[in-house]
Amino acid sequence: MQFQHDVVIVGSGLAGLRAALELAESTDVAVISKVFPTRSHSGAAQGGICAALGNEEPDSWEWHAYDTVKGGDYLTDQDAAEVLAQDAIRAVYELEHMGVPFNRTSEGKIAQRAFGGHTKNFGAGPIKRACYAADRTGRVILDTLFGEAVARAIKVYSEFQLLDLVMDHGRVAGVVAYEVATGEIHTFHARAVLLATGGFGKVFKTTSNCFANTGDGVYYAYRAGIPVQDMEFVQFHPTGIYPLGVLITEAARGEGGFLLNGVGDRFMETYAPSLQDLAPRDVVSRAIMNEIRAGRGINGKDFVHLQLSHLGQALIQEKLSDIESFARVYLGIDVAAAPIPVTPTCHYMMGGLPTNIDGQVLRETGEPVPGLYAAGECACVSVHGANRLGTNSLLDLVVFGRRSGIRMREDLKKLDWPPFPLDSAHGTISRIASIKHRAQGERASHIRSSLQQLMTENCSVFRNHDDMTKALDAVMGLKGMQERIVIDNRGSVFNTDLLEALELESLLGLAETILVSAIARTESRGAHYREDYPERDDANWLKHTLVVNTADGPRVSYKPVTITRFQPKARTY
Amino acid sequence: MRLQFKIYRFDPQRDNSPHYRTYHIEAEPEERVLDCLNKIRWEQDGTLAYRMSCGHGVCGSDAMKINGRCALACQKLVKDVVSQEILVEPLPSFPVLKDLIVDLSLFYAKVDLVRPYLIATSPPEKERLQSPEAQHKISEAIRCILCACCMGACPVCQSNEHFLGPAPLVQAFRRIFDTRDEERDQRLQEIDTPDGVWGCVNHFECTKACPKDIKVTKHINILKKAIKEPRS
Repeated sequence: MQFQHDVVIVGSGLAGLRAALELAESTDVAVISKVFPTRSHSGAAQGGICAALGNEEPDSWEWHAYDTVKGGDYLTDQDAAEVLAQDAIRAVYELEHMGVPFNRTSEGKIAQRAFGGHTKNFGAGPIKRACYAADRTGRVILDTLFGEAVARAIKVYSEFQLLDLVMDHGRVAGVVAYEVATGEIHTFHARAVLLATGGFGKVFKTTSNCFANTGDGVYYAYRAGIPVQDMEFVQFHPTGIYPLGVLITEAARGEGGFLLNGVGDRFMETYAPSLQDLAPRDVVSRAIMNEIRAGRGINGKDFVHLQLSHLGQALIQEKLSDIESFARVYLGIDVAAAPIPVTPTCHYMMGGLPTNIDGQVLRETGEPVPGLYAAGECACVSVHGANRLGTNSLLDLVVFGRRSGIRMREDLKKLDWPPFPLDSAHGTISRIASIKHRAQGERASHIRSSLQQLMTENCSVFRNHDDMTKALDAVMGLKGMQERIVIDNRGSVFNTDLLEALELESLLGLAETILVSAIARTESRGAHYREDYPERDDANWLKHTLVVNTADGPRVSYKPVTITRFQPKARTY
Repeated sequence: MRLQFKIYRFDPQRDNSPHYRTYHIEAEPEERVLDCLNKIRWEQDGTLAYRMSCGHGVCGSDAMKINGRCALACQKLVKDVVSQEILVEPLPSFPVLKDLIVDLSLFYAKVDLVRPYLIATSPPEKERLQSPEAQHKISEAIRCILCACCMGACPVCQSNEHFLGPAPLVQAFRRIFDTRDEERDQRLQEIDTPDGVWGCVNHFECTKACPKDIKVTKHINILKKAIKEPRS
């Protein structure tokens, strides 16, 4: 079928829903999502959303902006960080007004707690800035925005998977999507498209990300010639449950938990004397991996301990009950009595589609692509620079989701209907047919697990030229095997076998851009740590990476960082 | 360890009626049932269908019946369910679309019926004030992830498709006892019907099934009490 809507939003997490709410009154807007909206990965965010409300202690948005810039190791675009920190206060009050059930202070205000890298007075010590609803903050915000979408009768195409972005003469004309329940391929003709498809942690083996996080929006835009930015910056969250990778929120340390190595030392005292266990995630993940490499993991193994038992049952039940349940269910551990084994897990992509502060996707020249917008983890504004601070992602989603919505509403006044190329779905149809008709070859699951293993082994917390170059060669080999993918399921009803085979192309394409960007950047900055280039090199590398897909493969170029008020300094905590 | 799975299969394009198929896999005691299903699908039979996403009990996609009990496949470990044969079936009470995937559209429509959003006018400039004690009243209800395990487990839902059901009532509770909501009485009136709150006859199966440990039946009984004893 061909559907037509003024605006099509791909993705029903917080960024997509928040943008949709902005448009609902004035515009024919539709949301398409590969999962039912409340299953979106925003719901897995645990610890909080930050804003300088000052409910617990004096705070200012300038301090928040500074922390965001320093947290990003000065790769953050400072105009964007200012927007984020300044608008945070309005955004959190707005969520409260919509009904988000935040925990409260004794005065009845929104309660706030400490989080990694958030400080008072430009680095003087930890500050309570994260607003939260126990340790299920993302889920209750997602439920709240979904409720608002229900109230405004926003059209949602649930279980529709994006399979292509349709361009016409350099502007966006719509998307091609696959209806999971029936196998039908639909086209959506639109005047504007917002990509809000989230991250792509499934490129890695150990990840806190959901199965749906395969980066389809970013990949199909990249395939269509849109650049991707800062792909080498992949966040490894320090505290994934060993060995599953399920997330234990940083709020566990914000509430007073701490890390211990195999000899019982609180090793973060050495790595970050001032903030210790509340240093930013890249710093803590490197510290954990250093301890493990030095043989100081627990019993010499590749994990350390997160101790919460001293916090007491009452606090854990009130503020950390989901992680209490994860430890009980997956490890049989009572966190009030025993420490949790943790190790870094792939968590968040700082990189993505380059946008300005209004969600417009930018070409290599800096010109917006008419009709194309991106928000949330799939976008690179860049507010997170080389390393995102905890609680800044939920904030990014609602702040830039809304701004994209406002911008689209304005732009629609001058965006007419683009012609919709009649053959828009032909490529997708033949791509599916060739997979369905192949009689023998490789299972997608085998190629995918090889990819995930390669990326985890060679492009994680520690990186070097030789390992990444080997990995890139191997990824190119896996890309070649795509032509031989075979599936068991040739039906059309809920054919997840087929969909996973299609998602593999996204994972392989994005893995290639991560490796190419990471090999090129011969310095260490934020989450990108090069053993062969251990220092930050502002003279040569204070710039964003762009990768464009060409007939000759990925082409790397660079663009400057926007610096307004914070000059780069040594980054210590 | 070597495990035997017996899995409900139904493909509307090929089968006139459902059947069961047996699979054998190797798995560790600490692996999730979801990991086992993935092994079967990725290594043996790509035609098997089920929903999944987050893999750790937050998104609510992979609700199904495992050894006769409604649960999330990502929250049950092999060692919790190990038996001669592990039986996996779709959630009861819902039409089966394929294998372990059920049609939840009626469930979502019931959630929409309780108006799952805050109704409140004229917000202040900053936050509305709410005491921690008032917030605690809903701190259990907000754990609901709309997985529908409770709906599958509820004997009333199985015999009466008009019954609103446990999860929509928990969703109603979340708003009714939120001190910020301005339509408490109206909302209570809306569920004060034979197929609303009074459809529940305290089987407690929802409470036993809830993967988020919500005392669902207790919440429904608090709603009943609020209807019987209007505020003065």
